[in-house]
Amino acid sequence: MTIVQPDWISGLLGGLMIGLAGAIFLLGNGRVMGASGILGRVLDRSETQPMVENIVFLLALVLAPVVFSQWFATGPTHLSDNWLVIISAGLLVGIGTRLANGCTSGHGVCGISRLSPRGIVSTFLYITAGGATIALLRHIWGLI
Amino acid sequence: MRIVFALISGALFGIGLCVSGMTNTLKVQGWLDIFGAWDPTLAFVMGGAILPMAVAWRMLKNQSPQPAIAQTTSSTALFDRQFVIGSVLFGAGWGIAGLCPGPAIASLGFGGIGGVVFLLAMAAGMLMTPRIKARLTAAAPI
Repeated sequence: MTIVQPDWISGLLGGLMIGLAGAIFLLGNGRVMGASGILGRVLDRSETQPMVENIVFLLALVLAPVVFSQWFATGPTHLSDNWLVIISAGLLVGIGTRLANGCTSGHGVCGISRLSPRGIVSTFLYITAGGATIALLRHIWGLI
Repeated sequence: MRIVFALISGALFGIGLCVSGMTNTLKVQGWLDIFGAWDPTLAFVMGGAILPMAVAWRMLKNQSPQPAIAQTTSSTALFDRQFVIGSVLFGAGWGIAGLCPGPAIASLGFGGIGGVVFLLAMAAGMLMTPRIKARLTAAAPI
């Protein structure tokens, strides 16, 4: 089944689900739902908190979309097929989010909603940097 | 119970990312592409996600005793070098591929080999970070 509706409605609906997920994690587990932080802590085992919880969260994050796609069309990711693009972007996202201690979910969704200065400033910086990168690579150099 | 909350939260986060279109790199890059065919969807996703979260933070404040997370102060502005450099590097990578950590993990099951390679590169970057952090602090201790 394909859900046909304007993009902004599915965006808002999906956004509400993301926010609800963050609210459950915050009120239920007393933690900020940040994707980079949860993955990063599993990778470098830097957290004394129950690791099982992080692993369960990540497994559910991977598996739920797979189950969901049995009934609803989850479109392709349209990710570039250029390995240089994929690997350089992956490295930058990995290093950047761990240096900044957060990504779109932690600094963006969870940070802005509590009016955290770090969340607001980080979101401003990564959106500006992303916009500049697209402008440079797509419109000036014509690479992507 | 914590495990159950983690399970529900992770699943809902994953489905929300798919429904919102944020696992589609073209929509994310469209949001960042202000000189091209600009796509405002991400703003609706952010807005939609911030609403329940704002309510949750408020509910947390009214709890007594205050849970630890409510006390981890968000007002001490720590805009050090690694925070600024990290945010900018993340943004650049986000723009290049159109994937941030949440959608990268959520699309692992249907994103093909490219998605797997992205996740591996991202994990490698995360594992490299403590060394980069050490170098940054050594250069100019803050």
